[in-house]
Amino acid sequence: MPDSTVIGLHHEEEHHPELLHHFADAQQQRDSASLGMWVFLATEVMFFGGLFCAYLVYRHWYFPDFAAASKSIDATLGATNTAVLICSSLTVVLAVWAAQTARRTLLIVSLILTMLLGMAFLGIKGIEYREKFVEHHVPGASFSFDKVQVPGHPDQYANPHHAQIFFSLYFVMTGLHALHMIIGLGIFLWLLIMAWKGRFTPEWHTPVEIGGLYWHFVDIVWIYLFPLLYLIDRHP
Amino acid sequence: MSEHSNSAHAKSPLKMYFGIWATLLIFTYITYKAAFIELGSFNAAVALGIATLKATLVALFFMHVWHASEKLTKLVVIAALFFLLLLLGLTMTDYATRPWS
Repeated sequence: MPDSTVIGLHHEEEHHPELLHHFADAQQQRDSASLGMWVFLATEVMFFGGLFCAYLVYRHWYFPDFAAASKSIDATLGATNTAVLICSSLTVVLAVWAAQTARRTLLIVSLILTMLLGMAFLGIKGIEYREKFVEHHVPGASFSFDKVQVPGHPDQYANPHHAQIFFSLYFVMTGLHALHMIIGLGIFLWLLIMAWKGRFTPEWHTPVEIGGLYWHFVDIVWIYLFPLLYLIDRHP
Repeated sequence: MSEHSNSAHAKSPLKMYFGIWATLLIFTYITYKAAFIELGSFNAAVALGIATLKATLVALFFMHVWHASEKLTKLVVIAALFFLLLLLGLTMTDYATRPWS
């Protein structure tokens, strides 16, 4: 069998084993893969878009309560996490570049760094969630947000019911984002194993490229979540 | 064709990648600092403006939309943004213009 496939090659041209027969060349195959990934990301935009829409409507209705609730989250942790994700996006582009230029060590190091930064992000997120549990800011039976002043109106207390809506959105949006991060870590672990085995070449490294697209997309979602959830009305 | 685009990319995009990375970090710092300054309703505008700038940089240069050899990719990106803006825009033109609520 292996012998006959070698002989059976058309026109004696170099045929990369990963190039599927219905594509003209490796470039076209790569373009098709990333186009497919972009279509998936477009559905993800709408997926998160619904939540952003709900957030905007409630923020518009209950702005003072949202501002008070937002102020109770640690903005420094949020900013740190933004920086962590931006650094991970850099290591992802480095990984893609390393795969394009056949730099195996750089590829492996970049993938490991990306995973470490992703885990750091989730760790910081965990600290943040813990604070919310301790403060009883998690929506549910033990939720409490009594006598919290509205920023800019010292005489006015936030409505706990409206604040609870903010925290519901906070947990759903950051939770869904964290779930994407966890899936991303799984994808990158698989990429790391493939890279370790030396499967990626400059001709074929499609998984690194589209895995990278996924990671950057998750980064972009966070770029919006950070100002929307953490920085509604911070100034004293 | 593939040779061409490969050699164009081979000019080492590293400088550009690190430049974008530094810009993104600086913008994050500005967003964080600006949130503590009283700007009235401009606080949200500044925060979202910078976020959009950052997201654009990530998409264009880290996700290679700028250099995408496949034009359909750009179409998909624009279509996704269009429908997102339709969703957010039309919803808010309703809710934000109800004087009775």
